[in-house]
Amino acid sequence: MSTATGPSDHTRQRLELLPVDRAREEIDAGVRLIDVREQNEWDDSHLEAATHIPQGELIERIDEVAPDRSERLLLHCRTDNRSSRMAQELAGLGYENVAVIEGGILAWEQAGLPTESGSGLTAEQRMRYSRHTLLPEVGVDGQLKLLNSKVLLLGAGGLGAPSGLYLAAAGVGTLGIVDDDVVDESNLQRQVIHNTERVGVAKTASARVAIEALNPDVEVVEHNTRLDASNILELLEPYDVIVDGADNFPTRYLLNDASVRLGKPVVSASILGFDGQISTFVPHEGPCYRCLYPVPPPPELAPSCGANGVLGVMAGVMGLLQANEVIKLVAGIGEPLIGRLLLYESLGTRFTELKVKRDPKCPVCGDEAVEVAREAMGRFPDYELFCGAPAREPSPAAA
Amino acid sequence: MPTVKIPPVLRARTGGESEIAVAGATVGEVLSALAAAHPDTREQLLTDDGQLNRYVNVYLNDEDVRVLDGLETGVSDSDTVVILPAMAGGR
Repeated sequence: MSTATGPSDHTRQRLELLPVDRAREEIDAGVRLIDVREQNEWDDSHLEAATHIPQGELIERIDEVAPDRSERLLLHCRTDNRSSRMAQELAGLGYENVAVIEGGILAWEQAGLPTESGSGLTAEQRMRYSRHTLLPEVGVDGQLKLLNSKVLLLGAGGLGAPSGLYLAAAGVGTLGIVDDDVVDESNLQRQVIHNTERVGVAKTASARVAIEALNPDVEVVEHNTRLDASNILELLEPYDVIVDGADNFPTRYLLNDASVRLGKPVVSASILGFDGQISTFVPHEGPCYRCLYPVPPPPELAPSCGANGVLGVMAGVMGLLQANEVIKLVAGIGEPLIGRLLLYESLGTRFTELKVKRDPKCPVCGDEAVEVAREAMGRFPDYELFCGAPAREPSPAAA
Repeated sequence: MPTVKIPPVLRARTGGESEIAVAGATVGEVLSALAAAHPDTREQLLTDDGQLNRYVNVYLNDEDVRVLDGLETGVSDSDTVVILPAMAGGR
């Protein structure tokens, strides 16, 4: 270790310059390393273990990265000028144990030590997603996961409209949309992905226009069809997460049975009037839809939004809670709603959380469940009795 | 008295009330008392032989009574019994 000599400033006297071999030992031991160079320099080449915070942002962001001021921190830049200056500023904030890599990344590379290049994001993407990448929980890694993810929206209606828009804005790389309906004037009170000009247009095509105008990074895949037992496995197969905004029970049970068989997580929400429900079903990690609702209710207890009305904002609230769940699942952060059912009553502005347990006797995901045959998916022996409609031909959408 | 939360689809059968306090020391007694006060709710909640309908989920506070003692589950005055319907609306 050498000591920089300079002005009589007390902190400068104590600035610790660490040769690269010693720096490497500390990095290998897990000491936090911060690269204070600019974005273009980082993209050219950086140390794998480094956290990137350009010098202009360091003082503002240091608390989120290293809230404990006694933590050992290593800084580096290209040589060691900028990092020495920043180390002094940190010392002024009370950081007691900051060192600088002597000679910076130039010395590191001259010593033949490894670096990697590229952030994986283009310059445009760095701007577009900067508010995501600033979040330590998301960062560039989380954003790349979103850009590489494939999410299927089951329905581009009340729930699919807000969740589709926000997932597109968030940079989900592929958004599949299943819907066989066309935009109707009565949809526009809540289905904000569509607009007045596009009344009469297929919902999948209308959603594509809105998504592509919002974010050219997103590839939209239109599935202008209705899910049934004959096509569901092939439709779900390419996707990482399914957003369930279906409008009828047969489709919800069909989706459940197929998603358990394929091991695909489903973020399921439903809305009616001023009330909403949401849960996240991850096969075998938590309960499935049939564990929660073993059988569907009779028709008089299951009115549709078309028959009963729904507050448009409710669709937005619940759809965005779904988008939030999707982002957590894709980025691998936070606590998804697995094993929990969240109820929202908008008139009282009340959230209620209920526990949902996996049913060991569940016919689909239970301990003794056998794989459901394709033609049996979504069915109940006596389904017609309950709903007056066979599973493969659900009653018309109550759009 | 325990409080029963009534879901929107049943409120037409409770005169519009969303929370009703009824007496009872078990979930079964609470639901029976509710059905006595609002007879139209009985056929939705209970089968002819007094069992819970399979399509009705009932929670004691945040726990499904199916994983407790069903209708025999004990209830205290400060508890909330939540009746939960499945909902399918998404459009």
